[in-house]
Amino acid sequence: MQKEEAPLKKVCIICAKGTLEDVYATLVLANGAVMEGIETKVFFTFFGLDAITKKRMNSLHTAVVGNPSMRLPGNLPFPTLLGILPGMEALASSMMKKEMEKLDIPTVPEFLEMITAGGGEIYACKLAMEMFKLKKEDLADEVKDVLTVGDFYAMCGGNGTQIIFT
Amino acid sequence: MASKTYAGKTVEVTDEGYFVNSSDWTVEMAHEIAKEEGLSLTDKHVAVLNFIRDKHAKGEVLTIRAIGKSGIVDIKGFYELFPGSPLKLASKIAGIPKPSSCV
Repeated sequence: MQKEEAPLKKVCIICAKGTLEDVYATLVLANGAVMEGIETKVFFTFFGLDAITKKRMNSLHTAVVGNPSMRLPGNLPFPTLLGILPGMEALASSMMKKEMEKLDIPTVPEFLEMITAGGGEIYACKLAMEMFKLKKEDLADEVKDVLTVGDFYAMCGGNGTQIIFT
Repeated sequence: MASKTYAGKTVEVTDEGYFVNSSDWTVEMAHEIAKEEGLSLTDKHVAVLNFIRDKHAKGEVLTIRAIGKSGIVDIKGFYELFPGSPLKLASKIAGIPKPSSCV
């Protein structure tokens, strides 16, 4: 692979959604950046806060209603009507988690540990926390600080920086 | 493809400096590769290198998570031993191919 002339130095990733796939997209991108030695800052806001809320981080779900990408095992189409059955969302989510475990993909808390162990930083959105009546104590220990949007942008300057919204 | 001489032996390496044949590797070579990368290897480094070579020999995909669970070093310690991009750096020094894992 050819080396880029102006390599990426810093990524600022914003996660505003709390479904399993949205949170994992954020965590894989963030951890991948840390692994490459890229300075990494992650900002969780709105439903994305679920990923860093102690009581919710282990039970993230994927949508089984209104999710056209949803498949049954064997790649069969997943009818939305099936998705309305009680427990279906939990079942589909646990199946996805099992597949991820097979690929050695970490759990959410473990991912947060890995990102911060490598020097990445995790932040929570102040406004969304007020909205959801969350306190700093409700959040994972890896969360470095609670920030306003302005505070976060202030960290996202510099050449070779990209902001990613997942 | 290129070649390099480590510990008096010429070995084939990729353009990025990863060994083509991991069997060419010796721990003496590791010390010289590390020096090129600005590192001085301790026993702990060598223990990690042996662990990842062992994983590679078994055909397992190498991940940072697996190294964190190796009992040799935790993830934070691994970043401290091989600063920057530890998985790539350690693989290069361990004489195994460039890692292809996303986690």
